[in-house]
Amino acid sequence: MAAIDIKGVGKTYVGNVNAVSDISIAIADGEFIVLVGPSGCGKSTLLRMVAGLETITDGTVSIGNRVVNQIEPAERDIAMVFQNYALYPHMSVYDNLAYGLRNRGTPKAEIDARVAEAARMLELQPYLERKPRALSGGQRQRVAMGRAIVRKPAAFLFDEPLSNLDAKLRVSMRGEIKQLQKRLGTTSIYVTHDQLEAMTLADRLVVLNGGRIEQIGAPLEVYHRPASTFVASFIGSPAMNLVKTSVASGAVSIGDGETGLRANLPNGPVTLGLRAEDLRLSESGSGMPFEIVFIEDLGAQRLLHGNCGGQSVVVAVSPDLPLPGDIRLTIATDRLHFFAAETGKRIEAASI
Amino acid sequence: MVEHRPYLKLLAHLVLILGVVIVAFPVYVAFIASTHKTTDFITGVMPVLPGSDFLATYKTVLFSGLAAAGAPPIGMMLGNSLIMALAISLGKIVISILSAYAIVYFRFPFRQLAFWIIFVTLMLPVEVRIVPTFKVVADLGMLNSYAGLSIPLIASATATFLFRQFFLTVPDELLESARVDGAGPLKFFKDILLPLSRTNIAALFVILFIYGWNQYLWPLIVTTDSEHYTIVMGIKRMSDVTDAEPQWNLVMAVAILAMLPPVLVVIFMQRLFVKGLVETEK
Repeated sequence: MAAIDIKGVGKTYVGNVNAVSDISIAIADGEFIVLVGPSGCGKSTLLRMVAGLETITDGTVSIGNRVVNQIEPAERDIAMVFQNYALYPHMSVYDNLAYGLRNRGTPKAEIDARVAEAARMLELQPYLERKPRALSGGQRQRVAMGRAIVRKPAAFLFDEPLSNLDAKLRVSMRGEIKQLQKRLGTTSIYVTHDQLEAMTLADRLVVLNGGRIEQIGAPLEVYHRPASTFVASFIGSPAMNLVKTSVASGAVSIGDGETGLRANLPNGPVTLGLRAEDLRLSESGSGMPFEIVFIEDLGAQRLLHGNCGGQSVVVAVSPDLPLPGDIRLTIATDRLHFFAAETGKRIEAASI
Repeated sequence: MVEHRPYLKLLAHLVLILGVVIVAFPVYVAFIASTHKTTDFITGVMPVLPGSDFLATYKTVLFSGLAAAGAPPIGMMLGNSLIMALAISLGKIVISILSAYAIVYFRFPFRQLAFWIIFVTLMLPVEVRIVPTFKVVADLGMLNSYAGLSIPLIASATATFLFRQFFLTVPDELLESARVDGAGPLKFFKDILLPLSRTNIAALFVILFIYGWNQYLWPLIVTTDSEHYTIVMGIKRMSDVTDAEPQWNLVMAVAILAMLPPVLVVIFMQRLFVKGLVETEK
C-alpha cells in the first residue's frame, strides 16, 4: 500500500509524437483512481508508464515516495490486470496465481496460503487445477485479478479489464472489483473508456483528452461541474446537450429564439450545456419550441431526440408522460453550464 | 465439401486411391524385391509377389553385411544416420528458436538486417554452397566426424522463420505480465515461450529429422571412412559395385530399413505434428 505521485509526466515517441504530456496526479494511499477518455487519449500509455512497461520521457513517477522511473516493473511493487487477461495458457490456475510469487522466492507454504486466500475471495477454489482455456471469460478475469491479489502489491493497475466481457458480466464484475478494492484498501489505477464504469468505480476521475488532463475530480463533481465541453460530452449518458447560443446584453438566445435565460456574460457567442434530464416539457405552452425527430425508449426513461432552434437536443422524460402535439421546453435555470465558445472551457459564475 | 452426391464421393475415393497407389507402388516393389534371391532379377522380369527369402535377406543386411560389395553391416550406418539426423534436427531447433527469440523480443541495432540476412540464406541450399562449405569443414579438420556431418547443416533459416512467425502471434501482454511477475528474459523464455512452442517444436522436429535423415550429397562428400557412412549413402554404395551384378535384393532391403525410422518418427509424433501445424489457440 502506497501513495503514487505522478509529476509532470510525458511520453514522446520516436518521431516527436506526443502521446502524453505534462500529467500530474497525486494519488493518495488506498485511493481508487479511474483514468477515462476516448481511445488514443493516452490513458493506457500513462498506466503503462506507471507499470514500467513504457519508458517515461518526461517527469517522474513515484510509488510510496520512491521514484521508479528507472526501476523494472517487477521491482515496482505493482500488479497489473490486462484487458485480454494475459493468463499463461499452459499453466493451471494455481500455477498462474503462484508464478509471480515463485519468481520472488516466496516460501512454498506462504504461496499455498496466499493462493488459497485469493481463490477463496474470488470463488476460484473449484478451478485451481484447470487450464485457462477451460474457464469462462468471467472466471479468467477472476484469475487475472487473483494473480494481482496474491502479490499483495502497493498498487493495482487495471488496463480496461472488463472490456472483453459481456454487458451483464461487466456490471457484476464491476461491483466485485469495487468491493475487493475497498476491502483490501490497495491504491488502484483503473483505465477505461466506459464512462459508466468510470463513474461507478472511481473515488476520483481523471478525464484525459489528447494526452492531457481535462479534469480531475470526484465522479459527481465532474458530472455536475464539467470543466470543458469535452468532459461535458464524455461523462454522463445521454451526453450533455451542447447548444451554440449568443448573449446580447445578458439575454441568452438560441438562433433567433429567446430562451428567457439570462447570463452574466459579455455579448457574443457562448456554448450552453444542458443535461437531458434538466430539460422539461413545458406545461404552460411557453418556452422554446421543440420538434421531435425520433424517440428512444429505455424503460426507465424516454429519450426524445429532436431540434430546438435548429440544433439537435436530447430530452429525457418519464415514459408515462403524454407527449403533446406542440412541444415546448423549459430549462432548469440552476443547472446551466456555460462554456467559452472558442476554447470550450467552463465559465464559472455565468448563470444569474 | 458440403455436397454429398454418391458419384462425387466415388470419384474422390478413386482419385485418393490412385494417389496412394502411385506413391506406394515403388515401396511395394522394393519390399517384394527384398524377399527374392539375387538370381531372380537376372531374367529382367520383376516379380510382383513376395518371395521366400525375406528372413535370409534381412539377416544378411543387418548382421553380416556384404563383404563383396564393400559395405559394412548396416547397423553402424543406421546408427550414424540416427546421430546425424538427431544432431541436425535438435541443433536446428535450438539455434533457430534462440535466434527467433532474439529477433522478435529484443531491440538491438540492425535487428531487421539480421533477420533479412538469415532469411536470404533460404536461397542458398546446401548444394549451392557445398564447395566453400567443404573447404571450411576440411580446414577445420572435421572431415570424417559427426561434427562435420551435422554442424554445417544446422543453421536453418526456415526454422528461424517459422519460430519468428509463431512468436509474433504470442500476445505482448503475456510478456508484459511475465515482466510484472518478475520473470527476466531467460525465465520468460523457459517458463512461457518454450512450453507454448511445444507443438511447433514437435512439428519442426519431424520435418527436420526427415531432412537430416535423407541427407545424401553432404555425407557422401565429407566422409571417406566407412566408420561414418550414413544409411542413405550406403544404399548407393551397395548398388554401385564394379564388375558384378548389384545384389538388388539386399539393396532393396537396406532401402526399406532406411525408410523405417522416419516413418516411425512420423507415426509417433503425428498427433503433435498436426497440432503444431494447425493449432491457433494461444
